[in-house]
Amino acid sequence: MIDNSILTLVTFIPLVGALLLLFFPRNNDVIRWGALAVSLFTFVLSLHLPVHFKNGEPGFQFELDLSWISTPNIRYHVGVDGISIWLVLLTTFLVPLGVLISWNSVHARVKEFFVLLLVLETAMIGVFVSLDMFLFYVFWEATLIPMALLIGIWGHERRVYAAVKFFLYTMVASVFMLGSIIWLYTKTGSFDYNLIRHALASGQTALPGNTAMWLFLGFFIAFAVKVPIFPLHTWLPDAHVEAPTAGSVLLAGVLLKMGTYGLLRFNVALFPAEARRHAPWIVALAIIGIIYGALVAMVQPNLKKLVAYSSVSHLGFCVLGIFTFTVMGTDGAVYQMLNHGVSTGALFMLAGMLYERRHTYELTEFGGLATPMPIFATLFLVITLSSIGLPLLNGFVGEFLVLNGAFQAKALFGVLAATGIIWSACYMLWMYQRVFYGQVTVPVNNTLPDANLRERIALWPTVVFALIMGVASPLWINMIDPSVGAAVPAGNSSVQVEKPKMAPAVELFDHAALRNEKKSIEVSSR
Amino acid sequence: MTQVTGADYIRILPEIILTLFGMAVMMADPLLPPKKSRKPLGLLALVGAIAAAVATVMQSNYTGTAFFDMIAVNSFSIFFHLLIALIVIVIILASYEYLEIQHINLGEYYGLILFGAVGMMLMSSATELVLIFIALEISSISTYVLAGFRRKSAGSSESSLKYFLLGSFATAFFLYGVALMFGATGSTSIAEIARQLQAGHTGLLAFVALALMFVGLGFKIASAPFHIWTPDVYEGAPAPVVGLMSTAPKAAVFAVLLRILFAAASASAFSSAWFWLVWVSAALSMTLGNIGALVQNNVKRMLAYSSIAHAGYMLVAFLGPATNPQVGISAAIFYTASYAAMNVGAFCIVSHLAGSEERYVTLDDYAGLSQRSPWLAAMLSIFMLSLIGIPPTAGFFAKYYVFNAALHANLVGLAVIGLINSAVAAYYYLRLIVVMYMRDSKTEAPVLPVPASLGVAVVLSAVATLYLGIWPQRILEYALRSAHDLIH
Repeated sequence: MIDNSILTLVTFIPLVGALLLLFFPRNNDVIRWGALAVSLFTFVLSLHLPVHFKNGEPGFQFELDLSWISTPNIRYHVGVDGISIWLVLLTTFLVPLGVLISWNSVHARVKEFFVLLLVLETAMIGVFVSLDMFLFYVFWEATLIPMALLIGIWGHERRVYAAVKFFLYTMVASVFMLGSIIWLYTKTGSFDYNLIRHALASGQTALPGNTAMWLFLGFFIAFAVKVPIFPLHTWLPDAHVEAPTAGSVLLAGVLLKMGTYGLLRFNVALFPAEARRHAPWIVALAIIGIIYGALVAMVQPNLKKLVAYSSVSHLGFCVLGIFTFTVMGTDGAVYQMLNHGVSTGALFMLAGMLYERRHTYELTEFGGLATPMPIFATLFLVITLSSIGLPLLNGFVGEFLVLNGAFQAKALFGVLAATGIIWSACYMLWMYQRVFYGQVTVPVNNTLPDANLRERIALWPTVVFALIMGVASPLWINMIDPSVGAAVPAGNSSVQVEKPKMAPAVELFDHAALRNEKKSIEVSSR
Repeated sequence: MTQVTGADYIRILPEIILTLFGMAVMMADPLLPPKKSRKPLGLLALVGAIAAAVATVMQSNYTGTAFFDMIAVNSFSIFFHLLIALIVIVIILASYEYLEIQHINLGEYYGLILFGAVGMMLMSSATELVLIFIALEISSISTYVLAGFRRKSAGSSESSLKYFLLGSFATAFFLYGVALMFGATGSTSIAEIARQLQAGHTGLLAFVALALMFVGLGFKIASAPFHIWTPDVYEGAPAPVVGLMSTAPKAAVFAVLLRILFAAASASAFSSAWFWLVWVSAALSMTLGNIGALVQNNVKRMLAYSSIAHAGYMLVAFLGPATNPQVGISAAIFYTASYAAMNVGAFCIVSHLAGSEERYVTLDDYAGLSQRSPWLAAMLSIFMLSLIGIPPTAGFFAKYYVFNAALHANLVGLAVIGLINSAVAAYYYLRLIVVMYMRDSKTEAPVLPVPASLGVAVVLSAVATLYLGIWPQRILEYALRSAHDLIH
């Protein structure tokens, strides 16, 4: 019973909480505690998912399929597999942190802020659990409004420009996705993901001429803007820099993942042949994104912009992993989505804490902060290293798997993408050095208070998870792998069979993944 | 049927009720002292509108034709009757305090609304061109007068005069069309005309007649290229009246167009010429409406251009597949209802914020509204999002069904034009939301406390907007049934 309704509960409890908060008195503390309670409750509830997840089954679990509207045939169909389950958890994990981080930094219109944050949570979770394409589209669009309002009302100086740009970019792009979805509906008579996938895979629904290409591109453009893939990324730095901290955390942590999730779930899984045909230029764009993002990040004088461009670079890895069509690369891409959510989410929180103290993100305004703020500097260092991809921290696992997949697909991809890791070490460590090391250059920085209890409570979970995900990756990969095996198109086994050549280092952290992968190869080759 | 029976009267019962209440309002008006508030008359009119709505619901047991086949009562007419009655109820609620604020102590305001509604309702059930013409005149003349109700304002008088002059001109076109059609087919009954057209006995004359009628009706729905009057008239007319005349008469004229189009034109020899007529008008309306709205600073003008664009979307539905006309008809019907819900709601709020003399109607006056009046801002945002077509609001499914009908008829080009237009339109609707939420107030536009009557009107509209967006099922099914009744 609970298994059927758990996803609905997790999805809609934040919304119900938001509606309740609307009727609360305008007492800021009550609102804050209320929002924290709702988001924490949602998180605890969402823990039900991994605990009761039946591992090794590639299909969707915790499904609920009800009729919503009969003309057109729209169903309320939700469910998660090993991929989306973690994105749901990532969302429920980051929102309470977002509430904590906004505790004091949001002074004006506190009630509206937390209400919108909770509405956003419902929309984000909805995107990941929807198995009806129409429902997916509804939630997809629904994330736009609260996010745009969060940026536009509580953002910094150029907030209106950033909010409108964000909204228009994403909305215009998603119209193309809607076109594809409706086209699929007119041919299959259903919005159901599983049904459509089956109909396309089995050839029941023939795609005449170039239709498959246009459908593929329709989905692709919506997701590419969201990821964002170079050269559609220009909304991202604006939105990130102007957004309030919690907005940035959720934008980087969750909203960008909606794009990569969509690429995997729709572009690759529904149109494998098209995905393969278009992979060369998509991979090229991904690699350009990795290198370009890193180079631009390097020259940013603004801490938040630097982190924003590093997102472009990191998300490039995800796209690369997905379009290698190897199970390993895709595993890595999914893992990298989670890593990026944790580490970049944390980076934005850290940047926000600095902003709360100094009201600037300019790197030249900082320097030597390790002296007045030792605890803060330590936490920042861990997250920086996780973002770079230091072994034993989470970033390494994801990037390693992606690069492995890339090398399997084509050595050149791997070589080029690998430079991205070097670049990321350059800009992150250089940034860290300029902010924390050396003498305190600006006198006022001497008096900055160290991270307080609330900030530490917000940061510790990310640091802990950065470490756990770095050393115990099979916990995640074991669940991700079967679903990835089901999503990645078969027929690339010639590449996959070569895998045993891999360096023994792999065995250190993902032997379980390999085991599963072999299993899935056997299944697919049968 | 050779005799008028009691059932015939039941089939025009809503019209009778509204006429009686309208007359009662007119007669009671002089009895009240000149300086006294006209609120009691508003209540009286409200009761009348509600009674008409109830009578409409009862009509479902009395379907059939009446008065020698001049009236047809079926799901189609009931749908539009009910829609018009509901719009009138909401508009009366919205006008209740508005008239006080504008110092308009004239009871005939309510009378005219009721008389106008009589004309609109008759339009949706009439099956005979002369009766349609009379109904069109009843509804038009009421709205001409209503447009000029802010008598002290030059803009309002201009609006009324413009509407009257151009409207009469357009009505003349319609009448010419009727006359030519009679010349071509020897009948004014739509069913008979359809028979003649399908038999193919008619020449070019019938097509000219259809085209002239389209000009006349196109004016009333503000579709391009007959839309030029719209912004000026909407800007000057009292805001609740704009809410009324951008939805209810439009819905009624769409009912007439549907009747003429699907009963007569589509199956005839001119179907392709007629097709291009509608195609061009739809594409032009969407494009000109949206481009015009982009540069407006006055909210009423912006909504006027947006109403042109929405007329274009509705016309797209008229081009639905000829083999399965229910798809297109039901889409058009659903669209009229959705557009009514969201647009009436928007104009309720506009009329409240406009204040005395309608001084506060520019975008700047809406700056920072979310702080001054968070609930109104939230409601107006819902209406704007619905006008954009964001799920889960009425506007989304309305657009969805329309473009679905276009795609069923393989009109990919028109659907693409429509989708691009929707994206362009997002910009100006969004701008209003941005202004309300993300700018600080510049002017001192005061926000008066929301009176209960207006609150009810806004909440009703918002509930309808969301209901149609989350559970469109029932209304769509009813629209499909209406479509079925229309063509059979």
